[in-house]
Amino acid sequence: MGLLDKEFSDGNILIANVEDLLNWARLSSVWQLGFGLACCAIEMMATSMSHYDFDRFGVIPRNTPRQADAIIISGTVTLKMATRIKRLYEQMPDPKYIISMGSCSNCGGPYWEHGYHVLKGIDRVIPVDVYVPGCPPRPEALLEGLMKLQDKIRNESLRTKSA
Amino acid sequence: MKNAEEIFEILKRQFDDAIIGIDKDTPTEPIINVDPLQIHKVGAYLRETDELKFDSLMCLSGVDDANGTKVKDAEGYEFIQGGTLSVYYNLHSVELKHKITLKVSTPREDAKVESVENVWKTADWHEREAYDLVGIVFLNHPDLRRILMPYDWADGSHPLRKDYKNPEFYQGMKVPY
Repeated sequence: MGLLDKEFSDGNILIANVEDLLNWARLSSVWQLGFGLACCAIEMMATSMSHYDFDRFGVIPRNTPRQADAIIISGTVTLKMATRIKRLYEQMPDPKYIISMGSCSNCGGPYWEHGYHVLKGIDRVIPVDVYVPGCPPRPEALLEGLMKLQDKIRNESLRTKSA
Repeated sequence: MKNAEEIFEILKRQFDDAIIGIDKDTPTEPIINVDPLQIHKVGAYLRETDELKFDSLMCLSGVDDANGTKVKDAEGYEFIQGGTLSVYYNLHSVELKHKITLKVSTPREDAKVESVENVWKTADWHEREAYDLVGIVFLNHPDLRRILMPYDWADGSHPLRKDYKNPEFYQGMKVPY
């Protein structure tokens, strides 16, 4: 019945839908780019520490975009930084996911009117999968955002990329 | 330890016309007005003289005084014509424990101030910031580039000018909300 008890009786053969299996593998090992911008990055770091433990969802920071599946835009994106973020995003291999964390990267946040140097939303530069509201969001909110991303990956199809 | 008026007297004796005046009617400390094209000589003297020894430049700030006249261009956009831009120098002597504030004012349309980078190394990045955000050109600065805004930000576009207008696009990204 369940996967675990069949594993021994059926000689280690599992039968699964390819899509389900790939999606399950992807959503269980979302490796994020070790990348932070402002105060949201502090919350993101707190999320990956032992108390909130990002690792239990399979989120591990990677130090190069070439090994990363997801990038969390955690903080104020200046116009100068936006050009660099775009380059980092382009260096990541497909499939790649983006979590926009906090008001600044969602829409410019408190800098929406007078911030001459702030990009008013990272979605003007790269496509965002999940927006996490907050200023900065609590670690619980970021975990919720990650679980939303996992839901999105779970329903992906091989033929069309939905997330 | 000397107060602002004593320091002003010393400078006036040494430089005469380079020292424009002292403004005592300020909410905080008195401010000594200096000629922008001789500030480096005044700075070197303040630093080297035994009775002054201003060895620390605590801060250097560029300021848009916005004291010109407001003019509208053909598109109805209001900008400031004439008036001055200023640079404030907050000095401190670690050894003698006294402080002084200097100010230079320079015309808005041709803002040129001598660099004090030779006197206090701190001034290097501070002057780059004042150049970047207010648009004051520091003569004889070794490396006068933008420091905060991107290097390819439009020439003559300095965000902390009071009549600054944000561009519509930067590298294809829409800037206003």
